[in-house]
Amino acid sequence: MKKNINIDIAFTHIYTRKKQTMVAALGVAIGVGMYLFMNSLDAGFSKYSTDEIFKNNAHIKIYKNDEISKPLTTDDSSGLRVIINPQITTLSKKIINPEALLAAVKSQPYVTNAIAQVNFDAYYNRGKAQIKGTGNGVNMIEYAQMFNTDKYMVAGNTEALQGNLNGIIIGSGISEKLSLSINDNITVTSSFGIVKVMKIVGIFMTGSSMNDNTKSYVNISTAQQFIKEGPSFVSTLFINTRDANNPEPFVQKLQQLTSYTVEDWKTSNADVLSGNNTRETMMGAISMAILIVAGFGIYNILSSTIIQKINDIAILKATGFNGNDVVKIFIVEAIIMGIIGTAVGLLLGSVLIAIMSNIYMGGPVGYFPIGFEITLFIRSFILGMLITLCAGYFPARKAAKVDPVEIFRK
Amino acid sequence: MNTLIEKTSIGGLEVVLSTRNLGKYFYDPVKFKALDNVSFDAYEGEFLTLVGKSGSGKSTLLYCLSTMDTVYEGELYIKGEKITGKKPDELAAIRNENIGFVFQFHYLLPEFTCLKNVMIPARRLGKYGYEEIEHKAYEKLKILGLQDQALKPASKLSGGQQQRVAIARALINDPAILMGDEPTGNLDSKNSAVVFDIFKEISSQYGQTIIAVTHDNDFAKASDRTIELADGRIIDQDKNDFE
Repeated sequence: MKKNINIDIAFTHIYTRKKQTMVAALGVAIGVGMYLFMNSLDAGFSKYSTDEIFKNNAHIKIYKNDEISKPLTTDDSSGLRVIINPQITTLSKKIINPEALLAAVKSQPYVTNAIAQVNFDAYYNRGKAQIKGTGNGVNMIEYAQMFNTDKYMVAGNTEALQGNLNGIIIGSGISEKLSLSINDNITVTSSFGIVKVMKIVGIFMTGSSMNDNTKSYVNISTAQQFIKEGPSFVSTLFINTRDANNPEPFVQKLQQLTSYTVEDWKTSNADVLSGNNTRETMMGAISMAILIVAGFGIYNILSSTIIQKINDIAILKATGFNGNDVVKIFIVEAIIMGIIGTAVGLLLGSVLIAIMSNIYMGGPVGYFPIGFEITLFIRSFILGMLITLCAGYFPARKAAKVDPVEIFRK
Repeated sequence: MNTLIEKTSIGGLEVVLSTRNLGKYFYDPVKFKALDNVSFDAYEGEFLTLVGKSGSGKSTLLYCLSTMDTVYEGELYIKGEKITGKKPDELAAIRNENIGFVFQFHYLLPEFTCLKNVMIPARRLGKYGYEEIEHKAYEKLKILGLQDQALKPASKLSGGQQQRVAIARALINDPAILMGDEPTGNLDSKNSAVVFDIFKEISSQYGQTIIAVTHDNDFAKASDRTIELADGRIIDQDKNDFE
C-alpha cells in the first residue's frame, strides 16, 4: 500500500465509503452465491442422472447390431425397376471369438475395465405366476466392480454368485411379485425352452422399476446353457474408460479393433443427456442474469463515487496523473469490492449447498443430490471477478476522461 | 534549488516558458476568439501575474500554459521544449515534474492527511522512496508553517491553512513553474498577504517561476511583472519592475 499511490487512493476511498462498498459487495455476494448454488444444484442433479445411467450402462459397449439385407443390384442406369424388401438378416447375436476381442480391448491403455455379458430372455415362474424379464450372464465380481451393484444389494451379496452355477440374483420387483426371498428357489425358463430351478442368493434394488422388475444375474456359463450355446458365446462387451465424459475418441479407437457396433453411453442415452443440457442452459442463463444484475450494483456505486470525487480526479490529473492512473484507481476499487463480494458469495453458496445436501428426498434419491464441486467454485470466482472488472471498467474510463479544465473553470 | 540560484547569478536569465502566437476559439454559444496572437516569455525566478477584466482570456491563457488545455493555435514551449502537439500521457508527466498548481479552491483530498496530500504528486513522480518523500513533504509544510497540522485530515483545517497545504503540494516536486488561478481569490486579506509572501519567497529564493491569474490589484502590483489582457490580446507587458 505504501508503494503505489493509485492503490493507496483506491483503498482510502474504499475505507472511507464502507457503506457503499458493502452494498456493492453484497450485490456481488448474492449474485455469486446464487450462481454457485444453482449450478451446484444442476451439477448434482446431472451427476445423479448420469449415475442412474451408469447403473446398467458401461461407458462403451460392443455388440452385434442387426444387419439389414441389401438389394443385389444398385445399378439405376439399366432403367429396370427393382422391388426390394429389406429385412433383418441377423441370425445370431453372437460375437465371434470374444476372448481375443476382450483381451485386445483390455490391453488398450485407456480402458480401465472390460467384461463380457450373455443376455437372454427369461421367464421367472413360481407356481402359475410368471414374469417376463432379461437374464444377464456375467462374471459377477467384475460386473459388481463396474456397476457398483454391491451398493444396491438389499439381501445377500454379489460374491455368493461366484462359482455357484445354480445361483441367481434377482431384482426386488421380481422378489415382491413372486413373494420370494433370499435362499428360496425360483424357476427360470428361457425362450429356448430351457427350464432351471435356481436358488436366490441375492436381491438388488436400484430404484429404477424397469431394472428391479425384470433383471436377474446368473453366471456366464449358466446363461450360455439357457440359450443353448457353447462357452464361446458372448452377446455384449461392456467397457469402462478413464474418462466417462468423453468416450467419443475411445469409441473411434475401439472401432478399429472390431467390425461389431461400438457405442458409447451418450449415444444410447441421448434423450436423457439432451434433457440435462436443456436444464443446464436454463439454470446457467438464470444464474448468469443474477450475476450480471450484481455487476450493475458495482457500476452504480462506482459511478456515484466518481461524480462525488470529480474534483479529486481533476486535481490528480492536474498534478500529473494520466488516464491510466485514474483507470487503475477505480479498477482497484472495483476489484476490492469484487473480492469481498465473491468471497462472501462463495461462502453463501457453500452454506446453501450444505443446507440443501441435508434435505432428505426419500425414495431411491435419498439426500438431495448436491455437492461441493471445486470447478464450480473456481468458475463462480472467475465470473464474479470478471463481471466486477467489466462493471468497474466503464465508470473508470469515464473518470479517466474527466477534463480538469472544465472542473477548475466552474 | 541551489543550482537554480547559482544559474541565475552566473549567467543571464533563462526563459522557462514561452508562447508564440497563441490563439484559441470558443464555439459555444457562438464562435468567439478567446485568445488572439498571445506571445510572451516567462523567465526563471519571475513572479508574473496575468490580469484583465473577466472574460479577457487570462484564465483561458493560464489553462493553455498549464498543458491541460490542448486545443489552441500557436506554440507553447516549456524549458525550451515544444509542448504543443504532445500526447496526453506525456503532458501529464511534464505537469507532474515541471508545474505546480494552486487554484482558488484548495482541491485537497479530504480523506487524506495534509502530509499525504502533499506527498501525492511526488509519489506519482516516483523519483524518491516513500520515507524520503514523507520527509520532503514535512519540510515543505514546515516552510509554510504547517508542521503542526501535518497529520490532521485536510478537511479539518481552516481555509488559509488549506490553501497553504495546496501550495506545499504544488511545490513538492520542486517544479520550475508554479501556476495559480486566483490563488488568493477565496482568502481574506490577512491570508492573502501570507500567500503573497510565500509566492514572493518561492520566486526570489528558490528561483521558481510563478504565473498567477489574479483579480487582486495589490497582488498584481507587487509582483515582478504584470501582463494585462483584454479581449484575448496582451495590451500591456509591464516589465519595468523586473530585470
